Amino acid sequence: MAKDTLMDFDAALELFEPVLGFEVHVELNTKTKMFSAAANPANSENHDAAPNTLIAPVDLGLPGSLPVVNETAVRYSISLGLALGCSIASPSRFARKNYFYPDLGKNYQISQYDEPIAFEGSVDVELADGTIVTVPIERAHMEEDAGKLSHVGGATGRIQGAEYSLVDYNRAGVPLVEIVTKPIFGAEHRAPEIAKAYVQTIRDIVLSLGISEARMERGNLRCDANVSLRPRGQEKLGTRTETKNVNSMRSVERAVRYEIQRQAAILAAGGTITQETRHWHEDTGTTSPGRPKSDADDYRYFPEPDLLPVAPSVELIEELRSALPEPPAVRRRRLKTEWGFTDLEFQDAANSGILPEIEATVAAGASPASARKWWTGELTRIAKVEGKEPAELVEPAAVAELQRLVDAGTLTDKLARQVLEGMVAGEGTPQQIVDARGLAVVSDDGALIAAIDEALAAQPDVLAKIRDGKVQAAGAVIGAVMKAMRGQADAARVRELVLERAAQ
Amino acid sequence: MRHLGVLARIQLSDAEVERLTGQLDVIVDNIAKVSQVATPDIPATSHPIPLENVFRADEVGDMLTLEQALRNAPDAADGRFRVTAILGEEQ
Amino acid sequence: MTDLTRLSAADLADRLASREISSVEATRAHLDRIAAVDGDIRAFLHVSDHALEVAADIDRRRGAGDRLGPVAGVPLAIKDVLVTTDMPSTSGSKILEGYLSPVDATVVARSRAAGLVPLGKTNMDEFAMGSSTEHSAYGATHNPWDLDRIPGGSGGGSAAAVAAFEAPLALGSDTGGSIRQPAHVTGTVGLKPTYGGVSRYGAIALASSLDQVGPVTRTVLDAGLLHDVIGGHDPHDSTSLAEAWPSFAAAAREGARGDVLKGLKVGVIKELPDSGFQAGVSASFRGALAAMEAHGAELVEISAPHFEYGVAAYYLILPAEASSNLAKFDSVRFGLRVDVPGGTVEDVMAATRDAGFGDEVKRRIILGTYALSAGYYDAYYGSAQKVRTLIQRDFDTAFAQVDVIATPSAPTTAFRLGEKIDDPLQMYLNDVTTIPANLAGVPGISIPSGLAEEDGLPVGIQFLAPAREDARLYRVGAALEAVLVDSWGAPLLDRAPMLGGAL
Ligand SMILES: [Mg+2]
Ligand SMILES: [Zn+2]
Repeated sequence: MAKDTLMDFDAALELFEPVLGFEVHVELNTKTKMFSAAANPANSENHDAAPNTLIAPVDLGLPGSLPVVNETAVRYSISLGLALGCSIASPSRFARKNYFYPDLGKNYQISQYDEPIAFEGSVDVELADGTIVTVPIERAHMEEDAGKLSHVGGATGRIQGAEYSLVDYNRAGVPLVEIVTKPIFGAEHRAPEIAKAYVQTIRDIVLSLGISEARMERGNLRCDANVSLRPRGQEKLGTRTETKNVNSMRSVERAVRYEIQRQAAILAAGGTITQETRHWHEDTGTTSPGRPKSDADDYRYFPEPDLLPVAPSVELIEELRSALPEPPAVRRRRLKTEWGFTDLEFQDAANSGILPEIEATVAAGASPASARKWWTGELTRIAKVEGKEPAELVEPAAVAELQRLVDAGTLTDKLARQVLEGMVAGEGTPQQIVDARGLAVVSDDGALIAAIDEALAAQPDVLAKIRDGKVQAAGAVIGAVMKAMRGQADAARVRELVLERAAQ
Repeated sequence: MRHLGVLARIQLSDAEVERLTGQLDVIVDNIAKVSQVATPDIPATSHPIPLENVFRADEVGDMLTLEQALRNAPDAADGRFRVTAILGEEQ
Repeated sequence: MTDLTRLSAADLADRLASREISSVEATRAHLDRIAAVDGDIRAFLHVSDHALEVAADIDRRRGAGDRLGPVAGVPLAIKDVLVTTDMPSTSGSKILEGYLSPVDATVVARSRAAGLVPLGKTNMDEFAMGSSTEHSAYGATHNPWDLDRIPGGSGGGSAAAVAAFEAPLALGSDTGGSIRQPAHVTGTVGLKPTYGGVSRYGAIALASSLDQVGPVTRTVLDAGLLHDVIGGHDPHDSTSLAEAWPSFAAAAREGARGDVLKGLKVGVIKELPDSGFQAGVSASFRGALAAMEAHGAELVEISAPHFEYGVAAYYLILPAEASSNLAKFDSVRFGLRVDVPGGTVEDVMAATRDAGFGDEVKRRIILGTYALSAGYYDAYYGSAQKVRTLIQRDFDTAFAQVDVIATPSAPTTAFRLGEKIDDPLQMYLNDVTTIPANLAGVPGISIPSGLAEEDGLPVGIQFLAPAREDARLYRVGAALEAVLVDSWGAPLLDRAPMLGGAL
């Protein structure tokens, strides 16, 4: 593959204005699929299903099978549309998008075409410095996901060079909402940042609605980024490329930056941009050409005759509107003020997707600072090791109880971390684990003094140093005592007592 | 006609292309006929009996076993359907 | 001893209920009949190898005092468009040879639950595309009235099976007349229900907005009995109507009792002049109308100015929907695969579809692909859907004046095998009277009106009623049937030639 020539980012921005657009696919976490009663692999209950075991006839396009719309998926889609500030269409309609591909059971995708469920909205996206950018939304429509292909043979598991492919249709029929923006003008040098913040905001919205697990690495949230450049002062839009399936927030930012630099280099050299899809390569941080846009767009849409219009009533729409959570930007601002976090602390927590957990922990009685410390610290660390999300490890209320034990002096921080390990391992409530493992702080001075005297007697040189006024030498004795106490002592109290005993 | 064959994934022989090209006229004639009365003020009927909001409750129902899913497969491996090399891109 | 195959389903059901006969006896009689005559008729693509076990089970349950439905133990033939778990389902296509469905079509499941005994799967035009059953990948079915002639289509197998006394009941499907036109050419009864009246789940789709499953029988009452079994709401089919339906068998019995014809307003379409029909067909039609008039019916001339656009609209909508519905036959998950050495999956798909589909299917897929192609959707499919609206309006206007509309069921009697196979357009015109019902979703029934004078072949009369008024068709159909059978002295099928196997 020829290496792309890139123009310096700032130089590119001097010559060209970038215009962005995004298509974000959100997998809903309903119990069942969009059009069948098969269990939904995008719901955490079913993550571990073996290939082709979450299958109803319509997911394979079996002869005679028919789709039936999942009511909850429709409600979720309407809620999402409302959260994006969209109008809700009544009626909206399903259509068939016809194209042959082995991951598509019917060789058409049931989607929506000219009558999507939600249209004309906008979302406010907050950048790191607090700037709000309003992203215009063209539409959000309901559709079904396709199955998953794995390519066997050939070097990389990629499509090129593979000998054959295997198809798992578990994902076929997973409910999707595709959110399509209008062209985003005026992004300028913040285009990459806006791209990332937009996807982050969509993620926050679907998480606050509770309609998707929104794990980008699992494909619950997939972003196609459209980028075009036009020379400064030109009215007409440039030719755009569509970079597909960029599957992390950071990659969205990098992909947009890369396309701006790549396209600028071509245009500045007098070349033209090919309208095409492009693939993002996480490893190299580059894009490569996919299929050209022309033929494949002959989708022969027509209204899906097996399904009827979806015509939500005003009552339903208003019911769902009144149940909407705070918009993410508003909520973030409120939480940040309430919690008193620094920008960095808050951003850190938000980026880890654990604002809801911190919020619940605070609601259960912990201070915001301690809640933040547990979730962004120890729990995030364990989650990484176990390949899980922090939220899957423990209940926020239990974290609050753990912190209560620390605050009461029953546990040191170190002991508390051991208790937390027990909590993650499912050993019970913090108090139960403290009792069962005998982890409470030894607050009996008699026991501590006996251990200190023993340690001082064993290390006469240290005792001498302390008596000489070299107080820092006490560390060795404190360490020995803590070890003897198996960590279950308050180190500060031990230090006090060591100095006291040494002086005697 | 070749393009239609590609879109419909039917490999057409030259003879078939020739014969079918003639028969596309049937469609053209039908269009002409239908256009005589299909004026803009007439709404389209997509379903003969108008219904709307036909939904299914979000409850897991019967699923196929892996054996049932793969039973009719021309080729399978590893619990999955096997196909020969794919050239084109995902949509 | 009575030949059990000559009994109507209703008579069989009575004798089964009174235990005068067993289901095993009834089933065996029909299997014997199939063995004797189906070599000539070729109505069946597959004969069940466990029908007798199913029948024995029904007998056992009856013996144990189980409460069984009114038709329990009666044999049933199933059009191969309907998927079945215990028999292959091919829809008449090579591309589905040997396909075994993991689920039963809803109508099949309901038939089993009602104690009907599936005998086998009947032949049809490939994917129900045709009016002659000559487009079956497994060879043509022959008309029991004249083995050189077509049995109609696409459901020629079901109609021929019933006409040849191989089964008292059969299931059919009707997208543009595939139940009614075979009934017409075989001297049997066929009814296309209101769209949504019978579940399409498990019916291999041809054109989703037109397809409807319905009964194929020798008498109107039998059709009502079968319709009672298969009809009603099915949550697996989004287009299935949720309302409760009256008993269609009860409606047929009410019609047969008598005075339904008195004061009945029967619409005759002025835009369908007799000149458009074979002389014997229009003569038989006029004769039936006269008989109705004689029994108190009032003939009213109505206008249906848009029916003439029906065929054109139909041949835009059908290929469009079919091209999409048939995309699933791609060699990946089921069905035929033609290997292409060194080829990509695209090559394999294209080669499979070229080899696995017959000419008529390919023709319609290509036409449909064209009709849906970029830029043409509004002009083609969209305009055709407008014609549906106009035809519905014609029906609304007509049914404001009349109770039912009557037409000949098809323009000609059974033509000879091979006569029109190379003339698709001529073939398409067969459906001119039946198509409007599919476009508008209204129910239609075809019952025998007599024989055409010039060729001695059966002719059917079609009645159409407003949507959801299927029961009216059973009342009117049974009333005219009673009058005509009375005038003939015996059912029309008694005049059909004895087939080789008849003893
Ligand atoms: Mg898209
Ligand atoms: Zn999409």
